[in-house]
Amino acid sequence: MIDTLMMYMGYPFVRYAMMVGVMIALCSSLLGVTLVLKRYSFIGDGLSHVAFGVMSVAAVLNLTNTMIIVLPGTILAAVLLLRTGQNAKIKGDAAIAMISVGALAFGYLLMNKFSTSTNLSGDVCSTLFGSMSILTLTKDEVALCAVLSAIVVIVFILFYNKIFAVTFDETFARSAGTRVNAYNLLIAVVIAVIIVLAMNLVGSLLISALVIFPALSSMRIFKTFKSVTIFSAIFSVCCAFFGIVISMLAGTPVGSTIVAADIVAFGICSLIGRFTGAR
Amino acid sequence: MALITAKDLSVGYGGQTVAEHLNFKVNSGDYLCIVGENGSGKSTLVKTLVKLIKPVTGEVKYGDGLMPGEIGYLPQHTVVQRDFPASVKEIVLSGCQSRMGLRPFYNSEEKKLAADNMEKMAITDLANKCYRELSGGQQQRVLLARALCATKKMLILDEPVSGLDPKVTAEMYELVAKLNKEGITIVMISHDIKSAVEYADHILHIGNTIYFGSKSEYLNSKAGKIFMMMQSKDPHAGKPLTV
Repeated sequence: MIDTLMMYMGYPFVRYAMMVGVMIALCSSLLGVTLVLKRYSFIGDGLSHVAFGVMSVAAVLNLTNTMIIVLPGTILAAVLLLRTGQNAKIKGDAAIAMISVGALAFGYLLMNKFSTSTNLSGDVCSTLFGSMSILTLTKDEVALCAVLSAIVVIVFILFYNKIFAVTFDETFARSAGTRVNAYNLLIAVVIAVIIVLAMNLVGSLLISALVIFPALSSMRIFKTFKSVTIFSAIFSVCCAFFGIVISMLAGTPVGSTIVAADIVAFGICSLIGRFTGAR
Repeated sequence: MALITAKDLSVGYGGQTVAEHLNFKVNSGDYLCIVGENGSGKSTLVKTLVKLIKPVTGEVKYGDGLMPGEIGYLPQHTVVQRDFPASVKEIVLSGCQSRMGLRPFYNSEEKKLAADNMEKMAITDLANKCYRELSGGQQQRVLLARALCATKKMLILDEPVSGLDPKVTAEMYELVAKLNKEGITIVMISHDIKSAVEYADHILHIGNTIYFGSKSEYLNSKAGKIFMMMQSKDPHAGKPLTV
């Protein structure tokens, strides 16, 4: 088994997949804690469907570098979702559900009607579930992913205390003169970036899993914001790593295998939490 | 000059006025209790005072070098906080936000301030405990310590005793009174008129009748007499509805 693994690791595309997988897992877990606590668990799902929709527009327009319009499109949707969250004509979860389902439907509609590809259902399936696109990454894509992940991690560390304050008590933070709207906007933009990155890995249907499982698992065991955040990062990286390894050895789809690993690990964490009485 | 002066102030949400024509002053060292029926706009008023919402008409003036961001505010509990994984220390430290600006991390001065305020609230031994595992009274002390980190002058408390049992409620009132004696100006919303008149030196009554004045004047005023009578007849008064 080790031999097979080493043989696989000899290929550069496998190493790329590994690197990208781990980086994305790290990024998505960082903000997961905030999103889960702010009751925004489904924003990942909503935004990823938006990304799917924009991606199908890109496919129809025959753009080779989809990132150019997918990233700004998703960021725009994230900002809009946040605005509706505050103005409350249509409340948070309903707005997310609406945008999410709408984008999904329009994306599929566009692809179905105008797509030039011969393998339509294959295309749709791979955008939704990630499938093999992570194994076809080019060096440039890996570099882009590395740069964006580094930015996400640095932004998160620099604004860690602000993010904590805004998550724990928005009202108090606002009264103390913290620019809550600006930080919420920052969180939304970072989330959008992470989601666009993660689409390569697990596809748009499974992104929520990357965001919420690490956070939920670590909240079972740990009690301080710092320890929860650090553990969820470790949790997510480990699950992504083992998920990718298992998927190579067993020949299973990468995205689903990572999520399966997340679920198993969540179960273990829940047991530990119950056993130690942490929760 | 007074710390806060409200002139013909009307407050509300989205253009909808909840309470209007309010005139009052809060001087340094005062202990002002805001009382009134449910829905009379007490919370809306204090939110206006800490600049969370804009006044509908009229104005709030801040004086004596008080900046709106320097008021320590203790809001009502939110749903998010109920299962939030955070230690007491992390929460108290977050009160230092306003003095940080864009600086990303807390410095030693702020850590000391947080430690001092935890000491004051007698929660130092809980520093590494998880917030959600604390009792209601302990949680309020944590939030009070956080508010103290944000201010040296003034605390605005939105029903700090709601949902607490009588013994803890009394302790909380004593604690706030002690802070007031140490020179911190207090503005507190209360459902419990008896304690309000016991500890406060000024009363602002809003609702059908509006009254502002010192405690002794209030007790002799028509508004005060009616309200006191209502509260003593209604066994549920003073026990705010917890939502």
